[in-house]
Amino acid sequence: MTKVFIPRDASALSVGAEAVANAIAKEAKKQKKAVQIIRNGSRGMLWLEPLVEVETKKGRVAYGPVTPANVPDLFKAKFLEGGKHKLCHGLTEDIPFFKKQERLTFARCGIIDPLSIDDYHAHGGFNGLEKALKMKPADIVAEVATSGLRGRGGAGFPTGIKWKTVLDTKAYQKYICCNADEGDSGTFSDRILMEGDPFCLIEGIVIAGIATGATRGYIYLRSEYPHALAILREAIEVARAASWLGPAIQGSPYEFELTVRVGAGAYICGEETSMLDSLEGKRGMVRYKPPLPAIEGLFGKPTVINNVISLASVPIILAKGGEHYRDFGVGKSRGTLAFQLAGNVKRGGLVEKAFGVTARELIEDYGSGTLSGRAVRAVQFGGPLGSYLPESKLDTPMDYEAFIAEDAMVGHGGVVVFDDTVDMAQQARFAMEFCVIESCGKCTPCRIGSVRGVEVIDRIIDDVDRENNIELLKDLCNTMTDGSMCAMGGLTPMPVMSALNHFPEDFNRPAQAEAAE
Amino acid sequence: MSKTPPGSKKRAREICEAHGNRPDELLEILHDVQHAVGFVPEALSAAIADALNLSRAEVYGVISFYHDFRREPPGRHMIKMCRAEACQAVNGGAVCRHAQERLGAKFGETSADGNYTLDAVYCLGNCALSPAIMIDGNLYGRVDKERFDAIIAELDQEEAA
Repeated sequence: MTKVFIPRDASALSVGAEAVANAIAKEAKKQKKAVQIIRNGSRGMLWLEPLVEVETKKGRVAYGPVTPANVPDLFKAKFLEGGKHKLCHGLTEDIPFFKKQERLTFARCGIIDPLSIDDYHAHGGFNGLEKALKMKPADIVAEVATSGLRGRGGAGFPTGIKWKTVLDTKAYQKYICCNADEGDSGTFSDRILMEGDPFCLIEGIVIAGIATGATRGYIYLRSEYPHALAILREAIEVARAASWLGPAIQGSPYEFELTVRVGAGAYICGEETSMLDSLEGKRGMVRYKPPLPAIEGLFGKPTVINNVISLASVPIILAKGGEHYRDFGVGKSRGTLAFQLAGNVKRGGLVEKAFGVTARELIEDYGSGTLSGRAVRAVQFGGPLGSYLPESKLDTPMDYEAFIAEDAMVGHGGVVVFDDTVDMAQQARFAMEFCVIESCGKCTPCRIGSVRGVEVIDRIIDDVDRENNIELLKDLCNTMTDGSMCAMGGLTPMPVMSALNHFPEDFNRPAQAEAAE
Repeated sequence: MSKTPPGSKKRAREICEAHGNRPDELLEILHDVQHAVGFVPEALSAAIADALNLSRAEVYGVISFYHDFRREPPGRHMIKMCRAEACQAVNGGAVCRHAQERLGAKFGETSADGNYTLDAVYCLGNCALSPAIMIDGNLYGRVDKERFDAIIAELDQEEAA
């Protein structure tokens, strides 16, 4: 029986993986070949999707991107034995894009059947939780603190400190909330992990529960991810049946109940306090801080709120020790980040690397430049609230502090590449427009500031009193930065001001007769 | 205001009941109602509010806050098109304009034949294979104008059959 791996990851499905799987099953039946098709997660080499892998004695051999039309030809080339074909890339693990990565959090992603708990266990799964079950909560928190892990959702707050606050706060009920509202454009690492290795996230959440004394958890998942939802719900049932969730986990005194809740298309619910309100069944309005959610969070109880990747990094930290994880990275940015190459890039996908890799290495070595073949002009880092940097700044190392020094942010690791056809005044306008659409409306600088921002940028583009309006835009951005309640209004000026500062020529073009979109 | 489909009030009460009439499950309830009825008719907010011991204003406030909840019946197919940066970087804007012309419907509108409702969304998490769209929960990547037309032609055929 030959094992053939064809991803069930949403990205792979978006370019026809389902049809390819059907075609291979059909052709195998016709040719009376014994194949076992395993629907794995994605390896993260999304430009090769649908990526079909065949297990051989030497390792898995990769073919991609495969279409149903290629299938008879692949059989002719004896791909089930790893035969040569124009779509063959040799051993998957030798593909340079993959080989040079440092996979810690994503070590199993794309390798195992995401819903096979035996597969998960056989590949080192639950090693972290097994250790945690024998540790004192304070020691688990100390291990996470040692690792230097910082919030991977974008804010970069030290996870160990957050956990310690919850551990030290006394309450009869505490919660773990996993923020899976991955709304930033250009980011998809949460989704790939949830679809490719859901037990890893579940393991991390249970460890967080044991470490802080929380017995209930929620995964707040965005509604744009129906594939991840189906996999998570099934994975939770499987984990419960195997006693990795529920009462008396593996016969220990610990219990943990986990539920997936689905958002409803509001970007702001990725903001942690807005997410809490949404989890309570309310409008996703941002809350005032203090009180910190770690002290008064969900239903007023102490709550750990962590991003998917933060929680999914915990199992390996426990399994291999905080020091092992800390030894990756630079400065105060320890461990790895799953960078996501997106937009106008030839080889887009997920690159897990230690902090310190430069943006240029990511875009040129991994991404192979732009998809259009034109010159890179601007790159937006860290989602729609992150800065646009020009090509000349691409040697900046991916490190929280180095990016802050450039008035930019690493955020959730999104890298969106634009070629030289981009109009940066339009990008600045879009950033304000996005804030208009997605603001929760609670504070004035964000709710009204963004509306005025669109109007002011329109006047600049239309060359109406341009100099004064540029001054006005700067002033407005200062007000939004200093006066907004959360990152939505507070960071919208980042893409706007970075566009203005690095690409002033785009704000100084003759007015177009045609109205902007 | 759209008409309330017959039986939908009873259905809404059953859904609330299935969620233990818990107010914190309001989003789940509204998703289930929308799945069962196709949209969330305004008249149902009173029934839901009653079941969950909330005010109508609170329920209405939640329905109107979230982009997902529709207060009008949608077309037979729901098309979500990504308008965000990663898709913009590979000409997604042109595909969005093309789709609106092709279907004769702007974002938020339904085509005249009632087949397609077009909605703008901001990121579908398929940013390495942009431009991305989602139709009835199925994700599509690398959608240029030609691929969009091919997908619609296929759906048109299904509708005609």
